[in-house]
Amino acid sequence: MLQVPWQDVFEQTRRDFVFILPETVLACFGLGTLLLDFFLMKGEKSWNSLTAMVGVIMSGASLVVMLRGMGGQSYSAFGNSIIIDPFFIFFGFIFLASTALVILISVKYMEIEREQHGEYYALMLFATVGMMFLACGNDLIVLFVALETMALSFYVLTGFLRRDRKSNEAAMKYVLMGAFSSGILAYGFSILYGISGSTNLQVIATAVAERTSRFGHGDVLTILALGTVAAGVFFKIAAVPFHQWAPDVYEGAPTPISAYVSVASKAASFALLLRLFLTVFWPVNLDWVVVMEAVAVLSLTLGTLAALNQSNIKRLLAYSSITQVGYILLGLVAAVNPDGTLHQRGLQAMAFYLFVYAFFNTGAFAIVILLRHKGVIGDDIDDLNGLIQRNPGAAVLMLIFLLSLAGIPPTAGFFAKLLVFWALIETGHTYLAVLSVLYILPAVYYYFRLVAAMWVRESTDPVRPVISIAQKFALAAMAIVTLAAGIFPEQFLRLATYSLLAPFGR
Amino acid sequence: MLFSDSHILSTILFTPMVGAILMLFIPRERPDLHRWMGNIFGILGLLVSLPLLWRFNSAMNAPRFQFVTDSLWIRSIGAHFTLGIDGLSFLLVMLTTVLGPIAILSSWSAIQKREKEYYILLLLLQTGMLGVFMSLDFVLFYVFWEVMLVPMYFLIAVWGSERRLYAAIKFFLYTLAGSVLMLLAILAIYYYRGTFDIREILMHPFTAQYGWLQKWLFWGFFFAFAIKVPMFPFHTWLPDAHTEAPTAGSVILAGVLLKMGTYGFLRFSVPMFPDATVKYRWIIIVLSLIGIVYGALVCMMQKDMKRLIAYSSVSHMGFCTLGIFALTPLGLSGSIIQQINHGISTGALFLIVGVLYERRHTRLISEFGGLSTPMPNFAAVYLIVTLSSLGMPLLNGFIGEFTILRGVFEVSWQWAAWGVLGVILGAAYLLWLYQRVMFGNITNPANEHLPDLNAREYATLLPLVALAFWIGIYPKPLFDVLDKPVHELVERVHPGYYSAPALTPRAAAEAEAPISMALPAKVPLAKAPLVPSSTSSPAEVR
Repeated sequence: MLQVPWQDVFEQTRRDFVFILPETVLACFGLGTLLLDFFLMKGEKSWNSLTAMVGVIMSGASLVVMLRGMGGQSYSAFGNSIIIDPFFIFFGFIFLASTALVILISVKYMEIEREQHGEYYALMLFATVGMMFLACGNDLIVLFVALETMALSFYVLTGFLRRDRKSNEAAMKYVLMGAFSSGILAYGFSILYGISGSTNLQVIATAVAERTSRFGHGDVLTILALGTVAAGVFFKIAAVPFHQWAPDVYEGAPTPISAYVSVASKAASFALLLRLFLTVFWPVNLDWVVVMEAVAVLSLTLGTLAALNQSNIKRLLAYSSITQVGYILLGLVAAVNPDGTLHQRGLQAMAFYLFVYAFFNTGAFAIVILLRHKGVIGDDIDDLNGLIQRNPGAAVLMLIFLLSLAGIPPTAGFFAKLLVFWALIETGHTYLAVLSVLYILPAVYYYFRLVAAMWVRESTDPVRPVISIAQKFALAAMAIVTLAAGIFPEQFLRLATYSLLAPFGR
Repeated sequence: MLFSDSHILSTILFTPMVGAILMLFIPRERPDLHRWMGNIFGILGLLVSLPLLWRFNSAMNAPRFQFVTDSLWIRSIGAHFTLGIDGLSFLLVMLTTVLGPIAILSSWSAIQKREKEYYILLLLLQTGMLGVFMSLDFVLFYVFWEVMLVPMYFLIAVWGSERRLYAAIKFFLYTLAGSVLMLLAILAIYYYRGTFDIREILMHPFTAQYGWLQKWLFWGFFFAFAIKVPMFPFHTWLPDAHTEAPTAGSVILAGVLLKMGTYGFLRFSVPMFPDATVKYRWIIIVLSLIGIVYGALVCMMQKDMKRLIAYSSVSHMGFCTLGIFALTPLGLSGSIIQQINHGISTGALFLIVGVLYERRHTRLISEFGGLSTPMPNFAAVYLIVTLSSLGMPLLNGFIGEFTILRGVFEVSWQWAAWGVLGVILGAAYLLWLYQRVMFGNITNPANEHLPDLNAREYATLLPLVALAFWIGIYPKPLFDVLDKPVHELVERVHPGYYSAPALTPRAAAEAEAPISMALPAKVPLAKAPLVPSSTSSPAEVR
């Protein structure tokens, strides 16, 4: 007779579920939003955002509780298939913060679009659940399911403007390309499983290390797995040459979703990238660093060149976010010393960059949202004309966000880039530092086309954008973080250091 | 130490910024209130800087940097909020606080749109420029250096004339191009020294033993400063920016912004990389000489008054870099005094163009002629300013140019000869300009009844004229202040220059070659690890 230790099993399960409390809360509120939606009249649909917002706040609160309880340690749950560590908490906060910001800037926009549905907010919460699992997953299956949860939600959200052809087209492109990249990623995962016979990341890491020491660095299987996984992830972060979907999706999607895709989904995919490359593929880090270098330089170059003559703000921001990905990837390049050991400043730069990027990039999109009113989409550069006359506050905020995107002090973007350059110099990638620092110049040129439109050109549109209270709140939060991290970055730096170095500082 | 001694620099630095922040809360519908606020805080900025005049200790045994404020800013990357001034930055800070209120006052009637933003940006610009001259921490310095580009961009782009957008972005991109390379050089310095503290790095320069590193660092800094000065062939942004900027923008641009380049040479390039300086100085001297002569020749051909004065800046700033890289005591102190002079004279010249532009809304020389009849007082002031700019004895320009040329002559008479050619050409184009604008018959009927200077214009021009006379007649206080910094600079590049007794200028020139050749044999500095300790930097990250 097999004696089942029911007591232990219950205890274990109870403990496990505590660890996924943030995700559980989000999922429950997502379902709740769907349910409550039935009870709301047509004019009351914006209350759904409140439900979603409460969900995000509750989830954030449970993250805080976990953070205080864990004391910098890592815990694993569900048979070691998820890991709760500072890395997860850090990215969890990024996801929740960007979700909250996007909800705040969405309400009025969706009203104008007359697409105020509960599903919109529910899908955002489901996407967040996917992202959270992506940050804490320690198992290929969990990671893949999480990635697909996130991606599927995003496909629907992108096509949410049902009556808009562009939105539909964007969603279609996104689905096709996304499915393709997921296939490649799954292929890579299967090779990893073949190498190790396990889906657990630690086991795979040991197996990969073993193979590397046995067959050297040219091991075909490892390289194949590395290449396919990297390609799948590069697609998700929209790095060149897997970026083609990004401009179309950003342009066609509802603007808040453009912001969401460019910030949250990117951060989540970077979490996946870091988790995989800092554990599983760490033994072959000198091999993937070369790939990262190439992709980063390509992203910088192509993103910059393409952004130079865009006349659509959302497309311009899409290409600019491709260059930002280039800079973040350079942080990863600089995380590996020439002798294959970990360089901490590179990781610190990456984490700091991802954190502040979530705020100032969303901010830039938020200003585009403000320009949306009846009959004007607000994504043409000319729609910015004379914004300083029509709404000075919005013009000043946009200036702050654009300066930050370009990397001019005193904004967060400056310190983010400074750290990247610094880490590059310290790891001996001087030529990359020179190259990437010079790409700031064209960036300033295309960002300042927007600035010139706002501040210098005369207005062609007499409508003064009105900012709703929710938008004001979101804009204030984004501007404060952008400036605070640009003037007193100490706390942000510590946060970044703590969250990445505790789990990966070897 | 008195309370005010350690906080006086912060006060000077942040007074304009406080004004700018206060003005944010004043509604834009009240332009006159903004004008008053702008002027009050401009003057206030000058007043709080006045105590420096008698508190600053210019004795040789005084501490190198005075009024030092030092507090930790970003622990994780070891950046400090450190302010402090020596004789060099003292003069430039005073120049900034004097020109600031004058520029603000000159805009009273010239700026008739979006006054709120205008005065806020001018005040922010003032803080940015002061920060550059005061910072003793590289990160802080760089932040100020770049921050100040943004308000200047807007001053040109919003309140400029026809091609303002082009000029503004050109100015921004040119200066940014140099500064981003400087950022890398700064980070590389940290990599080798583990500190951003400028005082620390000044104490242990990168000498010839650092091989290629000191050369790369030297060039990394060089482009930032050469573009800012601007040296030939990096000067092409300047005529556009000057011509398109509003009067106050041109005054600040010529008066203060260009000095950041020369300040950078004096504060960083020369003392931190002395051997590279000596090695490459011929390149910079040649570029300076080309700039002097080329700038002057181009001036002759200009049809636009402002453009002419802009090119004259290229020529005059060429003198400043020439003086610096002569690397003799006279050359260096002459150069610094010439920087002050250029701020005063060229600032005044731009004000004068502004006076005419406000009356006629044109800057074309051919539109004017015979203005001395309707505007006699203006003619007198303009004449003094012209003479001061072209280096007439008893006025400030003479002191600067003469000292520079004497300093340069000690090294090479050929260089001095080319410089003298620049002085002659300078007299030619400035006087010719004066003649075409002020003398002769009134050819254009629109000029017949131009009003003479009003009280506000006197208030902007007379202080500059007074300063021009003061420096021209009694420049000793300036030389006294500069004694110590110049002494240190010369000692750095030519060790033992002062201890060689009774060295005639000619002997000094002859002795120069062996001295510079003896440099590499210097004893290695104990506190300068050549090999970077990669183990120590991550520890600091934590």
